[in-house]
Amino acid sequence: MSIMEYNGSAVVAMSGKNCVGISSDRRFGVQAQTLSTDSQKIFQMNDKILIGLTGLNTDVLSFSDQLRMRTKMYKLQHDRDISPQAFGKLVSTLLYERRFGPYFVEPVVAGLTNENQPFLTGTDLIGAPVFTDDFVVAGTATEQLFGTCESLYKPEMEPEELFEVMSQCLLSAVDRDCVTGWGGTIHIITPDKTISRTLRGRMD
Amino acid sequence: MDHLLGIVGDGFVMLAADEKVAHSVVTMKDNQDKITVLDETKILAGGGQFGDVCMFTELVQRNLQLYNLRNGYPMGVKAAAGYTRTEIAKLLRKNPHMVNMLLGGVDKHGPALFWIDYLGNMQKLDFGAHGYGGYFALSCMDRYYRPGMNIDDAKSLMKRCIEGINQRFLIGGASFKVKVVDAQGIREVDLSDVQVAPEAAGNAMEQ
Repeated sequence: MSIMEYNGSAVVAMSGKNCVGISSDRRFGVQAQTLSTDSQKIFQMNDKILIGLTGLNTDVLSFSDQLRMRTKMYKLQHDRDISPQAFGKLVSTLLYERRFGPYFVEPVVAGLTNENQPFLTGTDLIGAPVFTDDFVVAGTATEQLFGTCESLYKPEMEPEELFEVMSQCLLSAVDRDCVTGWGGTIHIITPDKTISRTLRGRMD
Repeated sequence: MDHLLGIVGDGFVMLAADEKVAHSVVTMKDNQDKITVLDETKILAGGGQFGDVCMFTELVQRNLQLYNLRNGYPMGVKAAAGYTRTEIAKLLRKNPHMVNMLLGGVDKHGPALFWIDYLGNMQKLDFGAHGYGGYFALSCMDRYYRPGMNIDDAKSLMKRCIEGINQRFLIGGASFKVKVVDAQGIREVDLSDVQVAPEAAGNAMEQ
């Protein structure tokens, strides 16, 4: 029993044309027992940044609270919103501060830069980042998600097509992992607004 | 070994907790009240390591009272749950407390039930359970729970879950303390004269 598989979660973020999407499953459980089917794993930091947190739920809640506090402090101190690149670095730094007693989370950051370009990063539980331009996955269903994303992804998708592709990637992947699923949540950040939808999937 | 159950109904939250305190293979007490009254609008059912449960629930209760005294109004239910969770999470890497909780309350946003475990995992739920009792009760609640149930239906559902646990759990004969919190306050309820409707005949998946 691994601590990262205690609650079970799946998050995927994908880039499109002047937009970025992030989606997660909705199950909350303790090992084999499912307790909730509307658990939140994606948290909004500001208008242009969303972070998806997989791993142990207590650290997901603690870490997202910490990040929200730091993002608001940044806004008060600098009188502007934090950029996605700086936020990604903040996530890495905060995780590495706990190098020998880490938060058991694996975050995925999806943001839109000032030039409305998608920005994606994911880190491991001690903050090692990876910057990609196509998609980032995290959680207990990463192998499955890599498979679906690699086959269905195409560059420069419009928001509606990005929504369709991400939904299919997530729902197919979580169907093959017993501790994830029970529906999905998806957010697409575009320059004018963030579109949020709930996905209906297999409820088992 | 504690069974904790909770249901959200129409303007109220009902919590049930078993009454046994055991030490190894001996039953020390069989009428312990595991549902603490935090203030006029919130109750907390706690199970797990009994010493930790007592210390931690009292800590939460006293700090909520302090907040009320300092600010002149009680904390909301979500805030109180968040506070409780943060305290347990802060202790996790220093002095872990083995306390699983169901926090139920009613405030201006309506009734709310929060499930919090010893690690600090937390979810807002319509119905929930801790312990082995959950293995029997949760499926029962999945089948019979409807949002906005009235008090009689909730009593009937709770009784059905408790009877299920007592029928099938290895250590039987658990008695339960049941409390309800609503806008009028907190009261204990007695389920002994509640009739559980027999299983509806026909298609079990009808909704």
